Amino acid sequence: MRDIDLAVTSGEALAVVGASGSGKSTLLALLAGLDTPTSGSVRLDGVDLFALDEDQRAALRGRMLGFVFQSFQLLPALTALENVMLPLELTNVDDADARAREMLVRVGLGERLTHYPKHLSGGEQQRVALARAFVVRPKLLLADEPTGSLDAQSGSGVIDLLFGLNREYGTTLVLVTHDEALAARCARVVRLVAGRIAQ
Amino acid sequence: MRAAWRMLRRDWRAGELGVLAAALVIAVASVTSVGFFADRVGQALERDAHQLLGADLVLAADHPWQEAIAKQLRDSGVQTAEGVNFISMALRGAETQLAGVKAVSDNYPLRGRLRIAAVPGAADTPAERGPAPGTVWLEERLVSALQAPVGSTIRLGKSQLRVAAIITLEPERNANFFNIAPRLMMNVADVPATGLVQTGSRISYYLYAAGTPEQIAAAQTKLKPQLDRGERIDTLETGRPEVRNSVERARRFLALTALLAAVLAGVAIALGTRRFVERHLDGCAVMRCLGATQARLLMLHAGEFALLGLMACALGAAIGYAAQLGIGSALAELIRADLPPPTAWPALQGLLVGLVLLLGFALPPLLQLRNVPALRVIRRESGNLKGGAVAAYALGLALLALLLVWQAGDIKLGGYVVGGFAGAVLVFFAVAWAALTALSRVRSGSKALRYGFANLRRHARGNAVQVASLALGLTAVLLLTFTRNDLVDAWRRAAPPDAPNRFILGVQPDQLQPVQEFLRSHALGTPEFYPMVRGRLVAVNKQKVNEADYTEERARRLVEREFNLSFMDAPPAHNTISAGRWTPDGLSVEEGIAERLGWKLGDELVFNVGGETFGAPITSLRRVRWDSMKVNFFVIAPPAVLAKLPTSYISAFRVAPSGEAELRALAAQFPNLTLVDIAAMLRQIQAVTDQLVAAVQFIFLFALGAGLLVLYSALLATEDERRREAAVMRVYGASRAQVAGSQRVEFLSMGLLAGVLATLGAAIIGQILARRVFELTLPPSTMLLIAGPLAGLALLSLNAWLSSRKVLRASPALTLRESV
Repeated sequence: MRDIDLAVTSGEALAVVGASGSGKSTLLALLAGLDTPTSGSVRLDGVDLFALDEDQRAALRGRMLGFVFQSFQLLPALTALENVMLPLELTNVDDADARAREMLVRVGLGERLTHYPKHLSGGEQQRVALARAFVVRPKLLLADEPTGSLDAQSGSGVIDLLFGLNREYGTTLVLVTHDEALAARCARVVRLVAGRIAQ
Repeated sequence: MRAAWRMLRRDWRAGELGVLAAALVIAVASVTSVGFFADRVGQALERDAHQLLGADLVLAADHPWQEAIAKQLRDSGVQTAEGVNFISMALRGAETQLAGVKAVSDNYPLRGRLRIAAVPGAADTPAERGPAPGTVWLEERLVSALQAPVGSTIRLGKSQLRVAAIITLEPERNANFFNIAPRLMMNVADVPATGLVQTGSRISYYLYAAGTPEQIAAAQTKLKPQLDRGERIDTLETGRPEVRNSVERARRFLALTALLAAVLAGVAIALGTRRFVERHLDGCAVMRCLGATQARLLMLHAGEFALLGLMACALGAAIGYAAQLGIGSALAELIRADLPPPTAWPALQGLLVGLVLLLGFALPPLLQLRNVPALRVIRRESGNLKGGAVAAYALGLALLALLLVWQAGDIKLGGYVVGGFAGAVLVFFAVAWAALTALSRVRSGSKALRYGFANLRRHARGNAVQVASLALGLTAVLLLTFTRNDLVDAWRRAAPPDAPNRFILGVQPDQLQPVQEFLRSHALGTPEFYPMVRGRLVAVNKQKVNEADYTEERARRLVEREFNLSFMDAPPAHNTISAGRWTPDGLSVEEGIAERLGWKLGDELVFNVGGETFGAPITSLRRVRWDSMKVNFFVIAPPAVLAKLPTSYISAFRVAPSGEAELRALAAQFPNLTLVDIAAMLRQIQAVTDQLVAAVQFIFLFALGAGLLVLYSALLATEDERRREAAVMRVYGASRAQVAGSQRVEFLSMGLLAGVLATLGAAIIGQILARRVFELTLPPSTMLLIAGPLAGLALLSLNAWLSSRKVLRASPALTLRESV
């Protein structure tokens, strides 16, 4: 990536689009502090991510970030409910169970609490992933091709839910996609070409 | 810990931990079963220590004690008793039986009690003193063999003695732990009248002493420097070293066998953990994304494994406890003692082994989980597991090696075991890898064969591990089944059909003619009688002989005991001279013992026979076929020297089953003779061996279980990959049958390879045992050659069937999507 100068304001919804290999995923990884740049900085709510060590960044992620991935990334050994409880348990929240249940009801999976990921459809799995992302009330939600593995119908259901929750919780959204129609639903679109911002 | 507990529950539910837990359970059960059993035997020895000796101090010798020593002992103010032990024939009517005779003075035992009963199986009562003169007490086995109930009269040598009681318990009974001849106890005053103490008899003489600790210590200090060759002092502290030693040897052997299971379980744990880690990489990356720190991840997983380990170890110890009851009942005939319940110590030992396995084989891959980059959630390829480098398991391997050395009891034996094991694994692995690679080069028209062989190479390392571990487990099983039977058969066959089946010992010079005449007139043949003189080796090449100079146990025993020397003008017809020349003034030595004791032609040996010494150079070495069952001697001396010394005669001859009556007549006419029924003796040895083998087999079950677990975990380890490959093949148009076929080819080649390797391993070990230990020729066994490879094939066919069922049932589309 080169010459990236990007500011996202609180509550804003930003889409990052670009061809395969243009650097979309790398940008997302940098924003989340998953990858480190050779030079430059990322500030999240005023905190310089790369001034922190890996464990401090992990703690910061736990406090502020939610993730949605193309391949869902649910833990196969955990039920839907347990997958949603996971981030709460990791930060030692007391009423993890109740909050996770509430969130799953909110995404329409109140009847599927004890199902394992392999017994859920793709759309349902991504809704569990949404519940897991929002259950910690993140300030920033990073979504990487959230409909990439879904058919059109379940994809649009997931997206409606994503934007609905985003509005409801006032979350800042950075959404990586190659789907122009999806990008158009965001307030701002950034286009990447060969590692640079094109417009 | 709560979080770790939660993780454990969830992973267990998801079936991620079954193999790991089973491996730990098997390892701990195997180690604790032996531990518990050894603990009970050890406690029994400890418990009986106070009456183990029947005294506070025992002087033991293989010749009568000099009066000077006995007098010193009496003068030191302690109580004394005496005893004489030997083997002899006991007779009653038509029944004869070899008995272990123990003749004791009236006041025996000085410590502890004898217990006797009037009728077999009746409640026993303590006896105030030993058998009165003119009476004997018999062990129950002897009562039934001779059909001599209490009140009847038996014959021992020249004496008629009345059976006064059944003896149920005696001090020194631990010497009975592995005793073959049943006990006959009599009064020492009756011994001379039996006429059994004569030239050529092998007799042990005991002086017992009891007193205050100070008196005993003083007596011991005073007598110790005066001890001669073949004399020793036993105290409560030294116990009966030969009993302790044999129990300790048995324990070591069983413990090492048990550790074989633990080593195999270690492999299963390593494979299982690796799979666990591989399947948790994504999850850990997600958790890192969700804010888990490295330390947190490590704590979670280490905690999860620690909890799993504790529970598996506890279950393993419980199974081990149940299993030791099995070992106990397998050896019940051998160990005629009440064993106390075990202590908890072996359970701790099992826990230690479990911990070592977990630390050594699960921790290295687990540590990698901590380092999973969170970036993996976006880029799947980042943070893949590093290859299972041997270095990562160095800690586990080193700890296991230490455990093996510890259990072996000494570094040398431990080194052999560790080296042998590592060598076998390496050889099996190397051969398996080479063979799999070679097979994979085979070009074939059949698609199933081609793909199957190609798979062999693609998974060469994993497959070679599977083949090696299966081969190892199978080798053990084949050795215990086929090779053991082959050895026994070879031993039986080695004796020609007309081989002697009776030894006759202790023929006095004045009996020689009458006995020969008796045999001739009763159609028992005209066997050759050999003169025999008992002598102790005192010097080799002018160097005084000391047992301590020999490191090898067998060599030490040979030197410690008296030699049976013979003399004759010409070498026995059934021996061949293998080196040097037979001379009338030199010694002729059996080549095996010469090698063991390091003697060469020209070495001068000096023997002491009844106080007289004589020396002569070794002028020839003889090759002897021990399995011919003929009379043979380690050392044959010049007649000129030995003929004037006290001599008895020995012979071997063959009796047809119809000749039993003649034998009884012989025993009745010459009651001092000892007739040894070789066939019966062999049967008894066989029975003892069978029991030991049963106990060992019991423990090998654990090893086999662990081996199968390795197989299963290795299969699981490659299952995801196989499923993906199968899916790709199906996507490109392969039928189910084709996919199944290629997998079958792969598994069956591996099974065949493992079976062949195990067969070769068992055959080679069998040959080494036959030549080195039993001095037999072992013909190759067709049964083994067929059964070994078949067993390998059968096991992996089952494997192939299980695997292809799972792999084929999965939908290709789903499989491929899962693996995106």
